[in-house]
Amino acid sequence: MTTASARIRPKRVLPGFTLSLGTTLLYLTVIILIPIAALVLTGAGIGWERFLRFVTSNSALNAFRVTLVAAGIATLINAFYGLLMAWVLTRYEFRGRVILDGLMDIPFALPTAVAGLALTALFSANGWFGGPLEAAGFQVVYALPGIIIAMAFTSIPFVVRAVQPVLEDLDPAIEEAAKTLGATPWQVFYRVILPAILPAWLGGCTVSMARSLGEFGAVVFIAGNLPGQTEIASLLAFIRIEEDNYAGAAAIALVLLCMALLLLLLSNLFQIRAARYREGGK
Amino acid sequence: MSLISNLRAAAAVLVLSTAPALAQDKILNVSYDIARELFEALNPVFAADWKAKTGRDVTIDQSHAGSSAQARAVLEGLPADVVTFNQETDIDTLVQGGLVPENWRELFPNGASPYYSLPAFLVRKDNPKGIKDWNDLTREDVKVVFPNPRTSGNGRYTYLAAYAYALDANGGNQEEAQEFITKLFANVPVFDTGGRAATQTFAEREIGDVLITFEAETAGIAAQYADKEFVRVTPSVSLFAAFPVAVVAANAEKNGSTEVSNAYLSWLYTPEAQKILAQNHYRVTDASVAAEFKESLPEVKLVTVNEAFGGWAKIREEHLSEGGILETLFNN
Amino acid sequence: MISAEEQIAASRHLATKSGQGVQRFLIGLAVVLTAVMIVAPLAYIFRRAFADGVGPYWAAITTPDTLHAIWLTVIVTIVVVPVNVAFGIAVAWVVARFRFPGRGLLMTLVEIPFSISPIIAGICYLLLYGRRGILGPFLQEHNITILFALPGIILVTMFVTAPFVAREVLPLMLAKGSEQEEAAVTLGAKGWQVFRYVTLPGIRWALLYGAVLCSARAVGEFGGVSVVSGRTRGQTNTLPLQVEQLFNDLNTGVAAFAAASTLTVIAIIALFAKALLQARAPHN
Repeated sequence: MTTASARIRPKRVLPGFTLSLGTTLLYLTVIILIPIAALVLTGAGIGWERFLRFVTSNSALNAFRVTLVAAGIATLINAFYGLLMAWVLTRYEFRGRVILDGLMDIPFALPTAVAGLALTALFSANGWFGGPLEAAGFQVVYALPGIIIAMAFTSIPFVVRAVQPVLEDLDPAIEEAAKTLGATPWQVFYRVILPAILPAWLGGCTVSMARSLGEFGAVVFIAGNLPGQTEIASLLAFIRIEEDNYAGAAAIALVLLCMALLLLLLSNLFQIRAARYREGGK
Repeated sequence: MSLISNLRAAAAVLVLSTAPALAQDKILNVSYDIARELFEALNPVFAADWKAKTGRDVTIDQSHAGSSAQARAVLEGLPADVVTFNQETDIDTLVQGGLVPENWRELFPNGASPYYSLPAFLVRKDNPKGIKDWNDLTREDVKVVFPNPRTSGNGRYTYLAAYAYALDANGGNQEEAQEFITKLFANVPVFDTGGRAATQTFAEREIGDVLITFEAETAGIAAQYADKEFVRVTPSVSLFAAFPVAVVAANAEKNGSTEVSNAYLSWLYTPEAQKILAQNHYRVTDASVAAEFKESLPEVKLVTVNEAFGGWAKIREEHLSEGGILETLFNN
Repeated sequence: MISAEEQIAASRHLATKSGQGVQRFLIGLAVVLTAVMIVAPLAYIFRRAFADGVGPYWAAITTPDTLHAIWLTVIVTIVVVPVNVAFGIAVAWVVARFRFPGRGLLMTLVEIPFSISPIIAGICYLLLYGRRGILGPFLQEHNITILFALPGIILVTMFVTAPFVAREVLPLMLAKGSEQEEAAVTLGAKGWQVFRYVTLPGIRWALLYGAVLCSARAVGEFGGVSVVSGRTRGQTNTLPLQVEQLFNDLNTGVAAFAAASTLTVIAIIALFAKALLQARAPHN
């Protein structure tokens, strides 16, 4: 039946297939694919051995390590903060909820350079937070915590906005049922709510991680750019360009690109899972 | 409707911004990072001079970043008419790209270097750590700030000056000199990409015990932050830092700005310009102006790049190349 | 003896009571964390911008170079956003209304700019259009300037903001399905009529929402533009680049934060616009 219907699929009813596909492909090619192809071509032109040397040099390995560690911790922070915010914003009614909700998008709309400027000033020795923190012996600016804060700030919205709609859609009847059956609030959360929001949550975290890995504007202000300690990968790529070492820059950029694509793929998988869960739930 | 009018406005701007300026000279001076205030002081005076001489108006646009980064940008298409750098290698880069003639050193007096400076120190009020010379910088209790020698000509001079000092102190022993540099790098809490960012780190964010940058910048900051009472310290020996200039012949020709570009760079050698340079704490070649400002600039033993390292070509090959001495020491 | 019902009621009462405590705690935690993470940085920008009062603030914003940077940023946004709106509609239409091989791949490709570092976007353009890049010699020959000028800035901004509209419109069009449009076609409506009278009213708010986000991002683009701009004051400095440069000037404590505050105001306006749009949009 299904195969037969697939074979005699009716011809496309709606117009505009050629036009919209053409526009999409043209723009995609000119604006996104050809420039990326230029990067890949340059990377391919380096030769395998030099490429390996570029990406496994001390400075590159250190930069990747710093970037991954900082992005990982920033994502972890956002995973919990994002979940908390999504929960509070969907489940509770209180004054200022709308404002709190609006604030979640600030890191999206605020230019990253401005975020970097503000966070650096805020956490440096003569800023609001930096003074007390440094008095207590915490060095934030020009150290790993600074990078983590900058990354966490710029990727706040991802987890919140991924989890929020799923929490809203969750059928309250199931929770009620669980409660009636004597489940503790923790059990309700752990057994009923968490499985439902897990794909969306993980998807949000993946995108948040991808964003953190690539974050530049906010981080360069606050990082201190100390080789081996606070030099992030995209800054190293930038420095390689400034040093007139394009091959080195392309090599690092390619590794970052692959990481981003991998995370993107992962997040799309999670999204499909999430969509399936929502459809199945209804 | 808004879409169409938007596009129309944008198109109008595009046309406006690309239309050649009429009866109006225009130069883009691509320069090193800390020269912002310097050229802000120089340019209006030249413009007035040019107007008096030719009756034409001239607009001078400025672009500032690390000297080597700027050289690369020009190589990549930044349409500089003139470059005012702090390192000869950066102009040699443009020669290799076919933008500047090979004999650029002969086109203006003094090897095309209208002024010079040297890496010098700036320390905090009353010099609490007692920093006097290069060997104080490798002490464990001293935090040193200077820009990234991989991106900043300023930082590279600091690296070379320290290296030259160490060679001198150790009878030319390369290994000991490199050990000295390794210790120096270990004392640096932040490597900014340009000279000015390093200044901000030291002066505004109050990081480090000593800032190493061009003498002109140390004097400028000391004056700017008078309330912080920074102290200028001149080391026993430092490196002669020439500030070479060149007309980017290929671009100037295309922009029809060859005449005004040449006039601009020649003007930098006039007493009028040299005085402004000296007021901005650079050392100048004009004898009478130099004599006038002698008091504010301490005596110092300067070695040249040729004396200490056998020329820029050798520095490029041994120190600055991929996997060279600088990169090796930097990643230790 | 206590009946079973009473027991349940009591436990419920207990649960809600402890639940209220939890609720208060969670709300408090959310508010405090948000104040620290988001509100404080915003407030600090204005605090520093107005540190010397309104006069110096105004003077800092109205210097010719900063005004030019604002102007340039507006131009870039005006060019980039409509183009990306058109692109977003095209993507949404083709992906939501047709099935064809490579559809999934197309969706992933569209999202690429979203997850890669803008710096890398800039590097890509440098490697392509730079004087020593792949197309460099050709461009030189024909006297076409792309990098270190307006076209380069616009192209990189387009790259970075490409997915924003599509991301908002596509899910909505997928959710709505194509029955109405198909009916319109069956009734004899032409292609653009279908779009104008059936599709557009349904996606209007999502489209605007995407445009707002796209604008905010275009205004604030830093990393990619910093690679291809040349940073000439009064010429190719966009507002975020101007902020960075002012930050590194001597004697400009207020100027950098003043310029940053204009960007912050733009961001806040964008969010207000977005909130209004969401309120007006029929919730799906």
